[in-house]
Amino acid sequence: MLLDELKETAAAEQEAQQQYQHRLQVCVAAGCVSCQSDALLASLQAEVKQRGLQQTCQVKGVGCMGLCSAGPLVSVEPAGWLYRGVQPEDAPALVQSLADGPMTRLICPTNQPFFQRQLKVVLENSGRIDPEHLEDYLAVGGYEALFTALTEMTPANVIEQVSRSGLRGRGGAGYPTGLKWTTVAKATAGNKFVICNADEGDPGAFMDRSVLESDPHRVLEGMALAGYAVGASQGYIYVRAEYPLAIKRLRTAIRQAERLGVLGNNLCGTRFSFHIDLRLGAGAFVCGEETALIASIEGKRGSPRPRPPYPAESGLWEAPTLINNVETLASVPAILRKGADWYSAIGTAKSKGTKVFALAGRVNNTGLIEIPMGMTLREIVYEIGGGIPEGKRFKAVQTGGPSGGCVPAQYLDMPVDYESLAQLGSIMGSGGMIVMDETSCMVDVAKYFMEFCMTESCGKCVPCRVGTVHMHNMLNRITAGTAGDDELALLEELCDLVKSTSLCGLGQTAPNPVISTLHYFRDEYLSHIHDQACAAGVCRMKT
Amino acid sequence: MYLEFGKISPPSDDKRWRIVEAAMRRHGNNRRALIETLHSLQEAFGYLDEEALQFIARSLRVPMSQVYGVSTFYHFFTLKPQGRHTCVVCTGTACYIKGAPHILTALEQNYHVKPGETTADGELSLLTARCLGSCGLAPAAVFDGTVAGKLTPAESLDRIRRCMDHAA
Repeated sequence: MLLDELKETAAAEQEAQQQYQHRLQVCVAAGCVSCQSDALLASLQAEVKQRGLQQTCQVKGVGCMGLCSAGPLVSVEPAGWLYRGVQPEDAPALVQSLADGPMTRLICPTNQPFFQRQLKVVLENSGRIDPEHLEDYLAVGGYEALFTALTEMTPANVIEQVSRSGLRGRGGAGYPTGLKWTTVAKATAGNKFVICNADEGDPGAFMDRSVLESDPHRVLEGMALAGYAVGASQGYIYVRAEYPLAIKRLRTAIRQAERLGVLGNNLCGTRFSFHIDLRLGAGAFVCGEETALIASIEGKRGSPRPRPPYPAESGLWEAPTLINNVETLASVPAILRKGADWYSAIGTAKSKGTKVFALAGRVNNTGLIEIPMGMTLREIVYEIGGGIPEGKRFKAVQTGGPSGGCVPAQYLDMPVDYESLAQLGSIMGSGGMIVMDETSCMVDVAKYFMEFCMTESCGKCVPCRVGTVHMHNMLNRITAGTAGDDELALLEELCDLVKSTSLCGLGQTAPNPVISTLHYFRDEYLSHIHDQACAAGVCRMKT
Repeated sequence: MYLEFGKISPPSDDKRWRIVEAAMRRHGNNRRALIETLHSLQEAFGYLDEEALQFIARSLRVPMSQVYGVSTFYHFFTLKPQGRHTCVVCTGTACYIKGAPHILTALEQNYHVKPGETTADGELSLLTARCLGSCGLAPAAVFDGTVAGKLTPAESLDRIRRCMDHAA
C-alpha cells in the first residue's frame, strides 16, 4: 500500500460521507452505552430504514462527545445540533426534526463554555468518527503521519520532532517523551519493545478508556511511530480487563490495521515491521508502575523492582523497553502531522500542548474535557464545569488520584500545569479531576485514599505494606473521634517515613492525600480530634 | 517435582476446557501466558477452582505456588463461585463523593452480605469495583452486566429486585 492509495481511500470515504444530507452520530462510548445508547442507535437505524431515508441520512455510532452527564448524546451533522438525554422512543421525533428543525425539548446548546473553551488534539476525532470503521479514521488523515514518517523521515527525525514539541508523559510524572525515546533508541540490543500503558487504575479517571473506545487507531498509529523511532518491532497494549468495550474495539482496530498493512510485516512497503498484541490487566493498581507492569506482562505477580536499571535499558524480558501512556502516544500522530512548532505553541513555557481531564464529582457538567495547559482551575470548574450544583460552596479539587492532593479554593486562579500543581503539593496525575464541595469531609477523603493504597499495596516493601495500614488506623481513629492529642504528630512522622523509604511510586506517593489535606484543611483534623465534630457531617463519631 | 511429557488432560470432559486449552496453545503453552490463561479460565467457568489451577500449573509447567500467587494477587480473579446474580458497586472517587457508601450500606443491610460475599441461598453476589470509569454518571453500579448510573440506594435495591424477578 502506498501513500497515494491511502489518500485515495480517504478521499473516497470523505466523498461518500458528503453524499448524505444528514449524518446522525450517536455516542457509543461506555458512558452513553450505560444509558442505553446502543438501543438508541438501533432504533434510529430502524426509523431511518422505515422511512426509506438510507440514501440521504446516515446513522452511525461515534466515540465520546465529552458531556457524559447529559448522555446519551446524538449530534446531527452538518447542521451542528446536539441532542442530550435521547431515549430510544425519541427516535421518530428525532428523525422528523431533520425536516422540521431542531427539537427544543432535547437540544443542547453547543455555544456554552463546556464546548467553546476546549481545545481538542488527542480527542480531535472523538465523537466524530466511528471507532470500529477504519475508513472513518483514514478520512480524517489517519495513518498519514505514519506513512510520511516511514518513507520520508529517519527515526532520528521522528524523535527530534517529538523532542521539539515539548511533549511530556501524560501518565502523570511528566517525563519528557523525546528524552525517553532517545534513551531507548540509543540502546544497542537487537530486541526492543514498546508498551502502551492503558492500565488506568486511578479511581475517578477515564481518559484513556475514552480515547481507546473512541479512536483506537490513533493509539496504534502512535505506537507504530514510537516503534519506528526507537527501533522496536513488537508492541504491547496493557489494558485493564475492566474495560471490555475498549478491548473489543482495540482487537477490531488491530485486525483492520493489519489488513491495511499499517501493522504487521513490512509496513507501507518498507523494511520496518511492527506487531501489536494486547495484554489484559487483572485489576491491580500497582501495575500502573512500569516495572510492575512489565512483571505482569511476563505473567507474574505485579511486584515492582528497584530502578535502575530503568526499563529503557532493561525492561520486558531484559530488553530495552519504551513505556508510554495512552494519551502520550495518542498525541504523537497529531504532532507529526501538524509539526512540533504547532504543538509547542500550545500551553505554558514548561508544559506544552493539551491535557485531557476527566471532570467528575460535585460539578454540573461532568465528563471528558481537553484543555490547553495553563488554563486556571476556576475556568475549568466554573466555566467548563458549569459550577457547583445546588448552590453549594466549592471546597477543593482533587487531582492525581491516590498519588495526588487536594487544591483548595484560594488557589483556584492557579494555572494547571505540571509545575504549579507540584508546587501546591498535588500532581498532574493521569487526569482525574474530582470537584468537592462543603458536603465532603477532607479527613474522610484522606481516609478513602489511604484505604485504597492500603489494599492496593503489593506487599513487597515494608514501609508501604505496614505504613499504609497504620496511617489508615490513625485516620480511622481521627474520624471516629477517639484520637489522642499526639495523633497528628505521629501521622505526619509516618507520612514522611513512608514517602522517603518506599520502593516504588505507589508507596512514595501514598501519603500525598494526607499531607495535602493536613496542609490546607488542618482545622478539620483538629475539630475531629478536639471537638469530636465533623463539619460536613460525614464522619460518625463514637463519643 | 516430576516431569510430565505429552498432553496433559483436563480435569473433566467439560467442553469449556477446550477454550482454556486453545488459549494456552495460542501462546505456545508458554509460562508467560499464565495471566492470559487465567483470564480465559475465568471467562469460561466464572471462577478459578483449585483443580483448574493445578491443571494450568502442569500444562504451563509453572509451580502451583506461582499460579496460586498470581490468582490471588490480582483482584479481577476470583476463587469462589459467584451467585446467580451479581451487583458490582463502583467505589471510585467520583462515586464515593456522590454517595456510593450509602448504596453499599443499603445493600449490605438488605441482603445481609458484605462486599465480596454471596448470599446464603446463592442468589446474589455483592462486589465492589475500584473504578468502572463511568465517573460522569456517578454513582454507578453494574447489575448482571448492565451498567447503571446516577443511582440512589432505593433505586439500586429496586434494580436488584427486578434482576431477580426477571430471571425467576
